[in-house]
Amino acid sequence: MNTGARVSVFPQAEPERYELTSSPTHRFQPDRREFLKLAGGGIVVACVLKEVWAAQESGGSRRGFSEALPQEVSAWLHIGEDGVVTVYTGKVEVGQNTRTALTQAVAEELRASPDSIHMVMGDTDLTPFDMGTFGSRSTPVMSPQLRRAACAAREMLIDLAADKWKIKRAGLVAIDGKITDPLTRRTVAYAELVKGQKLAKAIPAEDPLTPASEWKVMGKPQPKVDGRDFVTGRHRYASDLKVPGMLYGKVLRPNAFGAMLVSLDAREAKAMPGVTIVQDGDFVGVAAATPEAATRALAALRAEWKSSAQPSGRELFDDLKKNTVEGEGWEGRSDHDVGSMDKGRAEAKHQLQATYTVAYIAHAPLEPRAAVAEWKDGKLAVWTGTQRPFGVRSELAQVFRLPEDQVRVQVPDTGGAYGGKHTGEAAVEAARLSRAAGRPVKLQWTREEEFTWAYFRPAGVIDVAGWLRDDGAVTAWEFHNYNSGASAIATPYDIPNQHIQFHPARSPLRQGSYRALAATANHFARESHMDDLAHLVKMDPLEFRLKNLKDARLRAVFEAAAQKFGWAARSKSSKGQGFGIAGGIEKGGYVATCAEVSADAGTGSVRIVHAVTAFDCGAVVNPEQLRNQIEGANVMGIGGALFEAIEFENGSILNGRFSRYRLPRFSDVPSIEVMLVDRKDQVSAGAGETPIVGLAPAVGNAIFDATGVRLRSLPMAPKGLKV
Amino acid sequence: MKSFGSVVPLRGTGGFPHSSRRSRASPSDRCGMTRVIELQVNGSTYRVDVDAETSLLSVLRDHLDLTGAKYGCGEGQCGACTVLIGGLPRRSCITRVGVVGDKPITTIEGLSPGGGLHPLQRAFLDADALQCGYCTSGMILTAAALLETTPHPTEREIAHFMEGNICRCGTYLRIIAAIRQAAKMLKEARS
Repeated sequence: MNTGARVSVFPQAEPERYELTSSPTHRFQPDRREFLKLAGGGIVVACVLKEVWAAQESGGSRRGFSEALPQEVSAWLHIGEDGVVTVYTGKVEVGQNTRTALTQAVAEELRASPDSIHMVMGDTDLTPFDMGTFGSRSTPVMSPQLRRAACAAREMLIDLAADKWKIKRAGLVAIDGKITDPLTRRTVAYAELVKGQKLAKAIPAEDPLTPASEWKVMGKPQPKVDGRDFVTGRHRYASDLKVPGMLYGKVLRPNAFGAMLVSLDAREAKAMPGVTIVQDGDFVGVAAATPEAATRALAALRAEWKSSAQPSGRELFDDLKKNTVEGEGWEGRSDHDVGSMDKGRAEAKHQLQATYTVAYIAHAPLEPRAAVAEWKDGKLAVWTGTQRPFGVRSELAQVFRLPEDQVRVQVPDTGGAYGGKHTGEAAVEAARLSRAAGRPVKLQWTREEEFTWAYFRPAGVIDVAGWLRDDGAVTAWEFHNYNSGASAIATPYDIPNQHIQFHPARSPLRQGSYRALAATANHFARESHMDDLAHLVKMDPLEFRLKNLKDARLRAVFEAAAQKFGWAARSKSSKGQGFGIAGGIEKGGYVATCAEVSADAGTGSVRIVHAVTAFDCGAVVNPEQLRNQIEGANVMGIGGALFEAIEFENGSILNGRFSRYRLPRFSDVPSIEVMLVDRKDQVSAGAGETPIVGLAPAVGNAIFDATGVRLRSLPMAPKGLKV
Repeated sequence: MKSFGSVVPLRGTGGFPHSSRRSRASPSDRCGMTRVIELQVNGSTYRVDVDAETSLLSVLRDHLDLTGAKYGCGEGQCGACTVLIGGLPRRSCITRVGVVGDKPITTIEGLSPGGGLHPLQRAFLDADALQCGYCTSGMILTAAALLETTPHPTEREIAHFMEGNICRCGTYLRIIAAIRQAAKMLKEARS
């Protein structure tokens, strides 16, 4: 099974180079005996990936649980003899509320209360392999599979009831955790039906049966699963865990990236009782009984590092354009050509060219990386907050030269990630310290470590040129993105002649996924430029977009946002007031955002006063949590739009702490209105990422409207407006 | 290994299968100025054997296993570590345990001693005022202090008072709504 094939099921959800890493073996760890032992009696349904199922079918041997367990199981569901429904998925919960959405999906098809369903997530010993929780794929990919499994379980329960009552199954219905015979009005609870059973079934993971128009649990607000544990402080994040005999770890960091350890004097630290010092190549760390003892030991280490000269933020954008590289596959350069640029240019009356830049920014999840590692009988167990439990398992197996089945990674619901927790640095470090100390070790990164030693959203340079006629029809479009990424690089507008390229570059800083990837950067450049083109031919920015746009769903969200915002009737009642609109398509979602700003060119102050976002992600699964995600995306987007930027010099981060790196706070937040365009006729797309892409260009366009100045760098106002 | 920590059994901190309820320290902890410090936490008295310079956050989390207060930045900038000391919201990450004295400390675990939910906790759930939840303890305790002095805050007053608390998931508007809702619930409870 090739991971690429699986993700291409949903063309707009293609992971970008920063997300797709080489996958480990797709073996499903527990063998059949182990599995039955884990699950106990009752009913088990396992989802088999569609392609694998097809291969087995064509091979003529239908494989159920009576034979070996299928190799390619994507999720499974178990109804125990006590009636408890347990669902196993490799997805993880990082605040995007997928635990709740997936619970709703199972409840819907099983016709059972969400309270009766328990989700086991992100545990490499218990859950089937999953590439990771990213790319907004839990809803479009995992949810339908779980629904299909729940559906199959429901049918099995109906069979059991028919057997029990010795009647035909037709007519029996599943409602509220019971099977009911409408003729006799007798009912039997699922728990009673599964008592004494040992039934198992493998089903192809294909489309679910209940259409969105008939949903009873999905499509409705559902409070956060385990919400009570979060508001009472009872929930244990990875950073809150303790295991008996656990030590606390600290890692010695060099003052520059790529530095090599020249010498280490650990005599003083070694003399401290109960302190373990680990040196392994350039890795130096300590473990001690309390965090304070570990901090003291770390401070007592004398190390000399050698580092080489490295680029600084000042020359970043020149560097990126000068240092393009060729890669392969997703990592490689991509070209998109339509029509003839010569023809498009010849037909045009106006032309406008501009360069946009985007800074590196930090995810800054409020929970920095943390891990607890424990070695037992040669087997390694790690608890950590990551979006890729199986990826981290592979990292650990590789580092410690272990078979993957000797490593277990468990992911407690995590304190934020936003694409920033795909890697297992803290897990590897904790495991190294633990192995040396012969005791379990907890390692929690400091905020400075999280800022410095994790990875950033890629910086980038985007060159855009547009050609258009007097009537506002865009005839040619050229777009070059250097380094920031290819997500949403294609224009959704109907432009007959296009030349679009992504140019990978050598990045001076470690970079990776970030909520919506480069879609934010590409939308910022494209939608700012479209705004400029509209002004060039003196057209209303919305009218100009609609003139060049055929896609019905994108048009609909533009119109919905504009209507709610009062776009047509907008008028400036004070100096410095400005209005902007922007939108686009990404990962199966259609978004448009209108923004009102108040900008004062004199003092340089800029404030987002009001934002309206209309979003269509197909059939809505949980409207309240969806609104929450859209509001949150807008708020997070404020930081990247206006003031977040990583400053670096010669291998060091200069502003890697909250007192020096400004994040959006209460006073930065405008009033936000969300318009959900619920398309029950369309498949549900993921929604945690795409709603972030409209804010920055809408705000930039509003600043232009207010001041007449076009800001072409993200962040637009790191130290106030310079207009 | 010497076992020490609570003189009163801890309540309500269970959770993960491997979480231990008792803290330990080794002799290594005893270098430097060490002394036994008595703390009033959530209505109980605890004795901890730590340096007075240790952060209150570390004492609560690592010694008393009260992990509701979170580490977010270590410099008092994000509010995830907020606890109430004598009813006032304080950044436990930059509060040395030695200066607390006998002032009562309230952590999120002790906000609603009866085991039910405090109106703020209820309102945060009702308003879906959290996503990842890591900031939630600090938000709720800061808001509890606000409602003590300002029982009916305006949105602007809430935003101003809460400015030091970061929610990276961006649920600020919901938090404001939840605090206003809780204010109403508290008013109804009083009348």
